[in-house]
Amino acid sequence: MNAIIVSAILGVVMMFSGMFTKHKSTITLTAIAALFILLGANLLNSYGIFSIQVNTHELLYFNKLGLYFNTILIAATLIFVLLSGREIENVGINTAEYYALIFFVLCGTTILTSFNGLLMLFLGIEIMSIPLYILTGAEKRNLKSNEASLKYFLMGAFSTGIMLMGIALLYGATGSFALSGQSVLPPSVGIPGASFLQAGGLILLFVSMCFKVSAAPFHFWTPDVYDGAPTVFTSFMATIVKAAGFFAFIKVFDANAALLGPSWKILLSIVIIATLFVGNITAVFQRSIKRMLAYSSIAQAGFMLFALYSYNDMAYQGILLYTVAYCLATIGFFAVLMKVKDYTFDGLNGLAAASPVLAFAATVFLLSLAGIPLTAGFFAKYYMLASVVKAGGALWIVIAAVLFAAVSVYYYFKVIQSMYFKEGQPELNEISTGFKVGVLLLAAGIITIGVLPSIVLNWLYF
Amino acid sequence: MPIQYYIYFCLTLFSIGIIGVLTRRNAIIVFMCVELMLNAVNLLLVAFSKMHHGAALAANPHTAVGIEGQLFVFFIMVVAAAEVSVGLAIIVMMYRNTHSVDINFLNRLKN
Repeated sequence: MNAIIVSAILGVVMMFSGMFTKHKSTITLTAIAALFILLGANLLNSYGIFSIQVNTHELLYFNKLGLYFNTILIAATLIFVLLSGREIENVGINTAEYYALIFFVLCGTTILTSFNGLLMLFLGIEIMSIPLYILTGAEKRNLKSNEASLKYFLMGAFSTGIMLMGIALLYGATGSFALSGQSVLPPSVGIPGASFLQAGGLILLFVSMCFKVSAAPFHFWTPDVYDGAPTVFTSFMATIVKAAGFFAFIKVFDANAALLGPSWKILLSIVIIATLFVGNITAVFQRSIKRMLAYSSIAQAGFMLFALYSYNDMAYQGILLYTVAYCLATIGFFAVLMKVKDYTFDGLNGLAAASPVLAFAATVFLLSLAGIPLTAGFFAKYYMLASVVKAGGALWIVIAAVLFAAVSVYYYFKVIQSMYFKEGQPELNEISTGFKVGVLLLAAGIITIGVLPSIVLNWLYF
Repeated sequence: MPIQYYIYFCLTLFSIGIIGVLTRRNAIIVFMCVELMLNAVNLLLVAFSKMHHGAALAANPHTAVGIEGQLFVFFIMVVAAAEVSVGLAIIVMMYRNTHSVDINFLNRLKN
């Protein structure tokens, strides 16, 4: 409960901080301090030292996994603000409001890690999405940003409508909004076609969640929105928000696992393969790195969907590790990319000569995204695939996933190639020493997790 | 009235909304179609809620089973209002830059 209340209050505090100071760097420092407070509040809750008790009538349910996931998301936001705070200041004049909206998004993600019913799922998704529509359109004069914002908004509202219809049908079949899908109605009350309503409701819920996490064939809005949004907010959307969406997705369908028949696995494997195919193959043909990263985020979503395929403890460990690896690498790479003025592959030509530190860090981030051993991304992908094998899933889907991971190596290495092996003079923004130290520390963290993944997973148990 | 009538009616309204979102090109009309989808859901929730509550009352006169559907409707209305305020602001912002609310403009992003 701490994180929900504290993030909402801090959001309001950030909103008013803009009235008291006109210095953007002061506002960023306030936001960093506020994020530390939020992280501390959530840690106090995780270890049961201090938690605000509110009777939510079982609408919310806090467990170790959800609280730990929450800690990861807040820590990732903290790293994001530390590395890219300067870029948030450069987006426009309303710096304080951008931070306020980021805190409101965090409030939504907190609800998504702790909901215990379809009502809170709906509210969490909306609290998370509505501030994001605004952040996407933060560059008011930029036409691309406007269009991305409108597109994101219309798609988001549309998928919310579908989700609500799914929830209404489930409610009709069972008489409650509980996650488990057990009927609370007296046995004498039989509604005709209840099982049909329930199946339809689950399918609509599945479709709308696929929209939210941009799984194929519902991914088409993703590249346009990620490309049009201000780069710094793309970084936020593609990592923290997406991870929270996945956690909610898994939680909903894990609770309903008993109801889902064998046809569910077939449907899910088709979606996984389609997502991996669309993400990886289309990313190969992109000329803009930002757009390539949008497609690669679809491809990474395909890997995260494996946790949905195999419900076991390894899948949950896998999604934790994947979230950490993917968030750190993507936030880091976007932070480096924002220091370059031209986002095409040619814009990075000769970065290794111009700034060896940035090029080295970017290489580590890309290797982690591609899943090369000794980086965090390797163990993340390994846990996902191993969980499928452990759950007795079809082996062909694992083989296909490995093949698509090999395809992804091509487009990630194309960036490394232009940084190290091509001549050129990249136009760079001003790079401070603190930023260099920051990305190097992040790269070191990724390598450390890649050698010892247990340092992420052990926190789950004590 | 049998519950099936409500289900068919709400599904029809919902489908009209979906078809409108997929075929119309005016951002405001697309937005209204989304609202139509949400209202179809509201109606369906109220109908289910009434049915469940009536059935549960027959078994136990002090039960509260079935009333949460109506509570959900209020949450949907509040969230829809929040969405309207943000959505219309976005549409106005776009109108200021392009002097049009036609979503065919969105295709420019693809290049």
